[in-house]
Amino acid sequence: MEMPLTQHISFNRPPLNLNDYAHVGGYQGVHRAIKAMTPQEVMTVVQESDLKGRGGAGFNTGTKWSFVPMNDAKQTKYLIANADEMEPGAFKDRLLLEGNPHQLIEGMIVSAYAIQANTAYIFLRWAYKKAARLLRQAIDEAYAAGYLGNNILSSGFNLEMHLHTGVGRYICGEETALLNALEGKRATPRTKPPFPQVSGLFGKPTIVNNVETLSNIPHIINKGADWFKDLSPGADAGTKLYGISGKVNKPGIWELPMHTTIRQLIEEHAGGMKDGFKFRGVLPGGASTDFLIEEHLDVKMDYKSVAAAGSRLGTGTMIILDDHTCPVGFVHNLEHFFAQESCGWCTPCREGLPWTEKILLSIENGQGRMEDLELLEMHTKYMGPGSTFCALAPGAMEPLQSSLKYFKADFEKHINEKKCPWR
Amino acid sequence: MLTAEEIRKIDHEIALVPVRKAACIEALKIVQEHRGWISDESLLAIAAHIEMSAEELDSVATFYNLIFRKPVGRNIILLCDSISCYVMGYEQIYDHLKARLNIKFGETTPDARFTLLPNACLGACDHAPTLMINHDLYKDLTINELDEILKTYK
Repeated sequence: MEMPLTQHISFNRPPLNLNDYAHVGGYQGVHRAIKAMTPQEVMTVVQESDLKGRGGAGFNTGTKWSFVPMNDAKQTKYLIANADEMEPGAFKDRLLLEGNPHQLIEGMIVSAYAIQANTAYIFLRWAYKKAARLLRQAIDEAYAAGYLGNNILSSGFNLEMHLHTGVGRYICGEETALLNALEGKRATPRTKPPFPQVSGLFGKPTIVNNVETLSNIPHIINKGADWFKDLSPGADAGTKLYGISGKVNKPGIWELPMHTTIRQLIEEHAGGMKDGFKFRGVLPGGASTDFLIEEHLDVKMDYKSVAAAGSRLGTGTMIILDDHTCPVGFVHNLEHFFAQESCGWCTPCREGLPWTEKILLSIENGQGRMEDLELLEMHTKYMGPGSTFCALAPGAMEPLQSSLKYFKADFEKHINEKKCPWR
Repeated sequence: MLTAEEIRKIDHEIALVPVRKAACIEALKIVQEHRGWISDESLLAIAAHIEMSAEELDSVATFYNLIFRKPVGRNIILLCDSISCYVMGYEQIYDHLKARLNIKFGETTPDARFTLLPNACLGACDHAPTLMINHDLYKDLTINELDEILKTYK
């Protein structure tokens, strides 16, 4: 089984430096793309590989790139690696950032070449201190080796790369909010259209891609679109980084083919539930995805299958709800996070999220009323897709609406018994 | 007043961006690194140097979780209170910290040694519960080791 993204990652040693990375085939993607391919050819092969955005949205990466206007060669354009991983329960990009920073940098050089961007940023969340140190070192090495800077590999292509570390706020992961943060503004999302591909950072065409997405690029360039598709036995191409946190024996992160089932991940890779704990549900792709329950354990973790089961693949990092954890307390914790991280720009999100948080807290504390459940249902509609400025509140409503569906009896028990049965 | 050192670092950031104001977050980070927090006086000095209004800069400064507009202690404890750490029992860690330091979230010890803050997901969910003190991440926390960890921060 091939594991292109993690094959050179080991935590028994520091990540590969540039020479060692080159020794195992690193930067061949840059050589191949810049010396033997046109930007259009790079874009086409990525589009044909069907690499979908690994940040959660799942849009075809090559198609996203193709929206960048390419007619004016002198036009300033930007490429940005979204390394703001802040979704609760998500920790996959950290592995790639700390484990093989040169792979990301190589992916960014090739991607910048494809859209002919001459400036690239890595937008890194502040908490990833180790990643920041390793990335700075790797960027310096790439400059020294001539993979960054002017006239890369004597091709006439120039690329400057900067590391930007954030100062906190979940909303910075939203691509247009990220652009505002990079411009030194409050990180509120922007209206779309215009899309960033046309008018992004400082009003220039900009591509924002997730770290895992970009780290796949060198391998696709080296081995081709068909190879990438063949990594997976089903319709979604490639491998995926899957993670599990919660009361399992071995929480962790694994690179596996798309289509691995939830049951395989929990039982084979995470070693099953800890002794004395039973599985009750799972958020399959981070805090902003709908619960799945026992009947969904054989669902394959790919974009289509998870959607068909009523949730989203999201980041592919799963959070397990066990039978010793109160579902109401669990969802209250999530809504507390979303309420706190709302940027405050649009009313449904700014007002609605704290409202749901307060209702959930009162139910958890034994002061809830049955009509509160209808009120919560109402909020899941008012903050659903299309009612808010960006995807934060609709994402926040996903675990809430599915908890009301699957764990309604637990909510009712809190209300009837006037206390949390778990406390 | 900004120091010569602060101005040198801020000007370096200004040179990297096409619009002067775009360096304002970096400027806040630089001054906070030197002074621990952003006082009104610091804010006014940065705004003047960046050539933006103090009101606009304050709207940026107060938006981000890790720009401190109030004094903080010498060491900042950021305890993750997000979902994986909730499942794995961050509340017990919090109770222990409250008892040891005699402060709640948002407070600073009277000797200014520690400020205790809640923090959204630290991205180490497979090693929950977690906390960060200054630049150091602690994973798979148990109450037993907390006192030893705290001792190393003066």
